[in-house]
Amino acid sequence: MFTSTTFLSILPETLILILGVILLIVEPFWKVKDPSSGGDEQRRNAGWLTAGGLFAVLVISVLVGRPGDPTSTFGSSIRFDWLGFFFKMLFIFGAGITALLLMDHEKVGRRGEAYMLLLASTIGMCLMASAADLITLYLAIETTSIPLYVLAGFMLTDEHSTEAGFKYLLFGAMTSAIMLYGFSLLYGFTGTTNLYALADAFKSGQLAAPVMFGLIVLIVVGLGFKVSVVPFHFWAPDVYEGAPTPVSGFLSTASKAAGFAVIARLFLVVFHDVAVDWAAVFAILSAVTMTVGNLLALPQKNLKRMLAYSSIAHAGYAMIGIVAVSKLGITSVVFYLLAYIVTNLAAFGIVMTVGRVTGSDEYDAYRGLSRRSPWLALVMLAAFLSLAGMPPFGGFIAKVLVFAAGIQANYIWLVVIGILNSIVGLYYYLNVLKYVYLFRMEKEDEEAHPIAVTRPYAIALVVLVLGIILLGTVFAPWFGFSNAAAMNLF
Amino acid sequence: MTFPVLSVIVFTPLTAALIILMIPAQRKTEARGVALAAATFALLLSLWVYIQYLTQHLTGYQFVEKYDWLPMLGISLHFGVDGISAPLVLLTGVVMFTGVLISWGDNNPHVMAGIQDRPREFFAFLFILASGVFGVFASLDLFMLFFFYEIAVFPMYLLIVIWGWIQTREYAAMKLTLYLFIGSVVALVGALAMYWVAGRNTGVYTFDMLQLEKAGFSASFQNLWFLPVFFGFAVLGGIWPFHNWSPDGHVAAPTAVSMFHAGVLMKLGAFAALRVGIMLLPEGAKHWSWVIMLCAGVAVVYGAFIAFVQTDLKYMIGFSSVSHMGLVMLGLSTLDKNGLTGAGVQMFSHGVMTALFFAVTGMIYDRSHTRQIPELGGMNKVMPFAAIGFIIGGLVSMGMPGFSGFIAEFPIFLGVWQSQWLVAVIASISIIITAAYIMMNIRKVFFGKMPEKLEGHMTDVTVLDKVAITTLCVLMIGIGIFPSVMVPMVQTGVQHILTLLGGA
Repeated sequence: MFTSTTFLSILPETLILILGVILLIVEPFWKVKDPSSGGDEQRRNAGWLTAGGLFAVLVISVLVGRPGDPTSTFGSSIRFDWLGFFFKMLFIFGAGITALLLMDHEKVGRRGEAYMLLLASTIGMCLMASAADLITLYLAIETTSIPLYVLAGFMLTDEHSTEAGFKYLLFGAMTSAIMLYGFSLLYGFTGTTNLYALADAFKSGQLAAPVMFGLIVLIVVGLGFKVSVVPFHFWAPDVYEGAPTPVSGFLSTASKAAGFAVIARLFLVVFHDVAVDWAAVFAILSAVTMTVGNLLALPQKNLKRMLAYSSIAHAGYAMIGIVAVSKLGITSVVFYLLAYIVTNLAAFGIVMTVGRVTGSDEYDAYRGLSRRSPWLALVMLAAFLSLAGMPPFGGFIAKVLVFAAGIQANYIWLVVIGILNSIVGLYYYLNVLKYVYLFRMEKEDEEAHPIAVTRPYAIALVVLVLGIILLGTVFAPWFGFSNAAAMNLF
Repeated sequence: MTFPVLSVIVFTPLTAALIILMIPAQRKTEARGVALAAATFALLLSLWVYIQYLTQHLTGYQFVEKYDWLPMLGISLHFGVDGISAPLVLLTGVVMFTGVLISWGDNNPHVMAGIQDRPREFFAFLFILASGVFGVFASLDLFMLFFFYEIAVFPMYLLIVIWGWIQTREYAAMKLTLYLFIGSVVALVGALAMYWVAGRNTGVYTFDMLQLEKAGFSASFQNLWFLPVFFGFAVLGGIWPFHNWSPDGHVAAPTAVSMFHAGVLMKLGAFAALRVGIMLLPEGAKHWSWVIMLCAGVAVVYGAFIAFVQTDLKYMIGFSSVSHMGLVMLGLSTLDKNGLTGAGVQMFSHGVMTALFFAVTGMIYDRSHTRQIPELGGMNKVMPFAAIGFIIGGLVSMGMPGFSGFIAEFPIFLGVWQSQWLVAVIASISIIITAAYIMMNIRKVFFGKMPEKLEGHMTDVTVLDKVAITTLCVLMIGIGIFPSVMVPMVQTGVQHILTLLGGA
């Protein structure tokens, strides 16, 4: 029963779990008894351990844990294929960067629990990407979400943070209950919880279209919340603004990508042959999401809120690839998420770095940044232009690919909406860069206020910027990986 | 293995930009030095390409390099120049070189010339833009063409917004960026549609433009997509009614950026409209050529009239650019040998001329702090060199024989006359208007009495400025006297377009 494939199929999860156990054992030794004797610098070691450990997990998994032909393990509850594997690597990468970004967040990063919760959530995401059974899937989603609720509300003394945690919890609990209802109906109609068995059941006998439509709507509610699609997006701006910045970054990238991984698998495998034209539903969701996200991002004056709306908009763009229901479509979604994770983590990394020094996330705090710290300004330039979809950054290739998939599937109207939206997007991203490059601080003495970049942030930002540029220039290998992942669904 | 000259040209500015960024911020002279070295290198290489193409009587695409980039989708890094793009590559080299010279600046913050504030970032952004421009002119792959096209657009925003004219820079920079971005994404949709349809027709999915030329698009497809593609690019060429961003952008931009902007970027739009619009969708071009002719005709006359009434020197040049780029578009719209050849030469001629205009205007503004024509006068006494340069530019602008403007404009009018004589008659009004405003303004700015306010504040231009002016003037006179150094070369490129159009 336990073959090496079985073991390999959950290798990343197992390794993260081991890392978590090590963290729990080691972390108490780093406690500083007397805060006056050098502060709590030592407590950052938990962050180094987490980030380093996750990086090691990434390397080991890539070296020994690559999947071959798709197989099902653990009584068909786990699917071991490139789609799951690729997303797992993405989540682990995102979590590692988040751990680095957490380290110098004084209120969160100096407590071992935060890293433990991060690891727990990452395990959940990894399982989400490879779950092949409704029950596993639901458990994975909850394993992902519950630590994130806690992380969002981690700063107990901060009103915004507790509000964020609570809001996230309420929305999450409600939508996941609705989704669970959808799952239970699926089981009720077909008598199976396995995704691939469900697909076969739908191939042989169709449900009535209205029933099917209802089922899909219930499931879309739950997953739409995860990827923050309009109209299930209301939580996002408040939660992103209130939560500790690195956690917001994690929420907006890895957590969203996990949602997309589930959407891709559920809809392309299970609902591929059903009579309901769910692609049209997603097309409308995508159009509305892009438009609402971008328009609401326009008037923002707080960078975290702006990034929240922009991340809503990006969910809309990525969804164009799902709408296309084609190999290129899924490839483009995977590539989009890859580029988006790297880019958005960089954006949040900058918010964290600057916010730490200035104590504010308002646009005004970014005045004169290019004089205070030219390199940080350049990183920000790369990240924001990548978000806006400009070459030679990853965002450009990602956007062209989803548009190409949309046109191939003859969804020209959706692509036109996407294009109009990317113009709106360009406007507000450039607007922020204006603060960075043009506007000056009140006394025009920027050189006297440099922004210190601590080592973990420097590492994280350098890795991310290199990633952004690599994705935008040498895109062939990344496209190849995305394509390998997408092929598993067909 | 031959020397990959085109990719070296394309990536030289980018590499230089990265090196410049590594230099500490306060070492401004070093940053400028690296910039000048890289610009000279790129100029020499592009000159070498041009001379090779000319002296060996080459035709078709030359210096071709092809590297697979994403074979799965048929994307390759495919460079090559023909008789139309080789002069434009040279033009970019020239403008880049002169642009660096006149932006040199001074470490003394009281000297108001060139770029004083953060020259490191200035040159880095300018060179990223230059790489994009070279890339578009040299690309034979549609995807890469877009890639470089966008790279050429976004640094413009930063260059204008940071170093531009304080009164309008935020407005103008955003307006310009959005106009150009809208245009390019609209064209992108068309390009993607071409990609899929060509793939279905031929079974080979590729962005290679040489293959797409043979894709055999149906007439209805071409008629549908020609206008979005052509106008999407032509926005950057300043075609009426989408020219509005251009004068505002010219005025707000710092001198070197105005030179780049009017001298090279607008050619980028016209060139891409030609290469992607007309060459890949020839049937569509024939079907819609009257629309282009109409818009271009309006641009020519309307631009000239608006330029006539401007009192701001830069606005005057900005609108005259709209008028002259209208002539390029007019030449393209004829779809015949004379018109296309004229358009090709006019792109080069106008690029050099307008770069010179903006350079001299910048020199005047740096010293007098005004561009209002009524507040200027008698400049030839303090800066005779600049005055001579401006006058030569003016003669080119008017289309005087013996200068490059004549070589360019004469065939355009010839071509237009053959296809629509009425348009040629109306468009020729612009020549008179142009002559009027150029001569009037030369008189007001350079001759007459210098206003008392400026007396004693004006100094002569620097040696670097003189080098820049001389370079540009030599080119304009050279082509005017020896048209054979450019016209036959452009004609070889035109010949290929005519084959695509079905004539010969």
